[in-house]
Amino acid sequence: MAATGSSSSSRSASARAVIDQVTADLLSGEHRGVIVDSPPGAGKSTLVVELAARLAETGEPVMVVAQTNEQVDDLVDRLARAHAGSGLTIGRLSASGYVPTERVVRHLGGPDAVDDCVTVAGKVADLRSPAVTVATAAKWARIGEAPWPEGGWRWAILDEAYQMRSDGLLAIAPRFANGTALFVGDPGQLDPFATIDGDRWAGSAWDPTDSAVAVVRAHNPGLPVHRLPYSWRLPATAAPLVCAAFYPFTPFEAGSAAADRAMKLPGSSSGSDPAASQGDQALDLAAETGWALYELPAKHTVRTDAEALTACARLAARLVRREATVFDPGYAGGRTVTADRIAIGAAHRDQVAGIRAALDRHGEDVRAVTVDTANRLQGREYDVCIVLHPLSGRRDATAFHLETGRLCVLLSRHRHACVVVARRGIPELLDAHPHTEPVHLGAPVKFPDGWEAHQAVLAHLAGYRVAAPAPAK
Amino acid sequence: MSTLAALARVEAFEVGRAVPIATVRHVHLSEQPLVLVPLLLAGEAAAPLAALVGTGRDDPRLLVVAQPRDRDQRFAFLDELAHLVTDYLEDRRGEVELVEATRNREEWERYLDAPQLILPNSGGIEALRLFGRSARFRSTEGPYPVAAQVPLLGRYLTWFAEDRAPTAGSSVCLALTEVLAAHWATGQSALEDQHLAALLAWIDPDCIAADGASTNTDGPVGGRLTGAQAALLAEDPLRYPPAGPVTDPDFDGKVLSHLILAQQEAEPGSNAEQAAGKALRAALLSQLEPTWELMWRGIDLLRSLPEAGHDAHRWMVDRGRFTDFAVKLDEGAPPQPRRDGAVAAARRLADLEGAQEAYDKQRALDDPLVLAEYRVTGEAFAGTITDVDAERQDTSGRSPKPRPHVWLRTADPVVLRQGTKVACPQRPGQRPVIVAVTRDGGEYVVELELVDGMGRKAVPEEGSVPEPGEYRCYSTVLAAERFAPPPLPELELTPWTHGGPPAAYVPTGADHDEEWH
Repeated sequence: MAATGSSSSSRSASARAVIDQVTADLLSGEHRGVIVDSPPGAGKSTLVVELAARLAETGEPVMVVAQTNEQVDDLVDRLARAHAGSGLTIGRLSASGYVPTERVVRHLGGPDAVDDCVTVAGKVADLRSPAVTVATAAKWARIGEAPWPEGGWRWAILDEAYQMRSDGLLAIAPRFANGTALFVGDPGQLDPFATIDGDRWAGSAWDPTDSAVAVVRAHNPGLPVHRLPYSWRLPATAAPLVCAAFYPFTPFEAGSAAADRAMKLPGSSSGSDPAASQGDQALDLAAETGWALYELPAKHTVRTDAEALTACARLAARLVRREATVFDPGYAGGRTVTADRIAIGAAHRDQVAGIRAALDRHGEDVRAVTVDTANRLQGREYDVCIVLHPLSGRRDATAFHLETGRLCVLLSRHRHACVVVARRGIPELLDAHPHTEPVHLGAPVKFPDGWEAHQAVLAHLAGYRVAAPAPAK
Repeated sequence: MSTLAALARVEAFEVGRAVPIATVRHVHLSEQPLVLVPLLLAGEAAAPLAALVGTGRDDPRLLVVAQPRDRDQRFAFLDELAHLVTDYLEDRRGEVELVEATRNREEWERYLDAPQLILPNSGGIEALRLFGRSARFRSTEGPYPVAAQVPLLGRYLTWFAEDRAPTAGSSVCLALTEVLAAHWATGQSALEDQHLAALLAWIDPDCIAADGASTNTDGPVGGRLTGAQAALLAEDPLRYPPAGPVTDPDFDGKVLSHLILAQQEAEPGSNAEQAAGKALRAALLSQLEPTWELMWRGIDLLRSLPEAGHDAHRWMVDRGRFTDFAVKLDEGAPPQPRRDGAVAAARRLADLEGAQEAYDKQRALDDPLVLAEYRVTGEAFAGTITDVDAERQDTSGRSPKPRPHVWLRTADPVVLRQGTKVACPQRPGQRPVIVAVTRDGGEYVVELELVDGMGRKAVPEEGSVPEPGEYRCYSTVLAAERFAPPPLPELELTPWTHGGPPAAYVPTGADHDEEWH
């Protein structure tokens, strides 16, 4: 254990060194922006919180941009917890219908509050010039003209910048046009999307459907790019695969050693129901090795493949009822995997709705299991994830289903184990559908492409197969 | 392809005829559309070869380029086309209506009509875009002058093909195959649907059989053709040459190349040259005429569908955009830039996305078959109102507010959850909230709370609460709210993240010398 301890502290030190370099680059005044790429769970939020405070020390106003209200509230809470003691003032800009969540209320002052460093308001003028102002990109875009701090915000931190669309950045960039911006994000996750075909702008340096970071880099090729080196979320069983499949040119490692994490799963079923016992076998395998591929018989199905959806729900329900325990240096005595520490991810909303409905039939105790699309699981973390493979049961492999980011999000949400549910035949499907997307002049080629990433993942999962029984005729 | 569309295709395949997938026509049809069938020369980027143009079925104008590789002749062709198109546009600019002032705009006048170009397929629209791109920067002076109408035509074609055609719900520039395929499902693939003749063969097999030509041996004996049989005939390029802008390669090699060569080699002004020119025109007309006939058949088919509820509204938007553009041109606006700048691109994206969302919603409101698609994906449910508590009030506030509850029984599997807002076509402005969903046997009972759309009084307005026994279809799509896109910086304030303010457009000699012309 001593060896693990020292290597984990040296890992912390090298992660810290990156934060110091980023700070130095920002404060040097030599760059208009700095980019920080972060693999899944590499301490991105910690970096944002820490840099917001450090930049605020300069005495000049800091704006922090997140993509959703959830993320904004999380950041406000983390900022307040970390820096309320040192007198940091925080403003939270919100839309008119916003009701502060509990984690924000506790910082608003009043009898039950922990502190009073946060102010919530709909207008910049009502915030009383806080050191740090946090809001969603949509809110920042609509704050109107003055009164801003004189000359705009000196510092801007844009969180999840790879999920922000270029046109969204264009709307908020005037707020910090004279300042310095920090773009933080995970390049491997889902690219932002448009509901219309954006081919007409493909290859142009300001393609409004592209990500904010891509556009900033195209126009400012000299901006320094830093990378966080360790994923503190992904276990040692997952980091090598996620890295090889989705970040082949920007390697990272698991921050924890294999011995640091464990998952114990009592109560395996040996009953007569083959679906139940095969399902339990998949869960056992995942608990032991970190991965399982629960394979249903090959079949072309509609998107809402009832068998696959119920299989996902059943696995989650079994996992809740078997009361797994996970071990991690952070919670030495072990912790029970409750329903809210489990997520089921799918590609489409109707699949999510179907899984949700199937899960509801399992009873009240599994209601807290998260079921969502890859888009909405971005940035979230669970102990165990159950993933409905995007290509399961399909007859074709479209660009949507092949998208690298989608698979990457689904396979990188877990701290301990991941069970993939799929119908057989995906490798054959991939072979029948080579990459056919048009290549546009001027558009940087993205590596790895979805086809390649899918192959890498399937090759790995082939070693963790559990065959589901064929349905009764 | 949605599940319902896939089902419709299977059905079409089984019955041997296209199946309607819309109950109303979701595009506007002008009283007098300008039908345009362009042909390009194979192997060139944008070399017009011929076009058949006109507003009447019996009165097409044939435009031909005798030597498509000759750039002067290309622009002579565009000049000829320009006269036809600008005359047509001028006719649309007649009467106006007064539009009242709003917060963002002073009172203005809008034309009562707008142009409508109908092309055979999306390739035709792409050809227009290329013509527009090649013509709009040309100048009437300098080393390679063109006729005054040509750059004007270029701007209009760019507006049709690049601005309006990709905008959902706009009907000023339509590709007939796309419009037809949005209203009928055939028993062939989506790729085959791009072939106008084959698509029409499935929708109306008689239009293929009616030409009286002998059919293949495997055709029906004394009976009518099925869609598949008619489509097979329609795919024969000798019966139905490609609907452009590409030509049949056999025609190119065996007919066209010889005729072009013959004309080129003939003594200028000689009888031989005249004869060769005549032969070329006749050959090209033979390639275009079958498509011309099919175009009008297709338009007739569309006319037979009833107009959608939002048709007038969407056409009003088109009329407004046409007015704006025409006025801008009158005021001497420069040609549209080669590529959108950062701010313009972001604005256009917001426009296009807004139009798409509005169009999807309008179609769902206008057409139960479109709404049915959402029932399949779980975004809607339909059934009968079983119970209504119209008296229910929310008394927590200062004054009691009406909050009626409505119970609806449906056989649709309801996957929407508590707290979701939905709306129905009967009252699209009212957005009830789902309070509870319970299973009852194989069916579901959905409890809805009405929170708006009941007037301002303590008692709901007459008719604003559904009655027991009514059939309703509620969907989340209809309840979706669109927020106005955020303001964007002015062009000259483009921030450093997007490359800073772009250089202003100044016409230069380089515009004439672009190599690809």
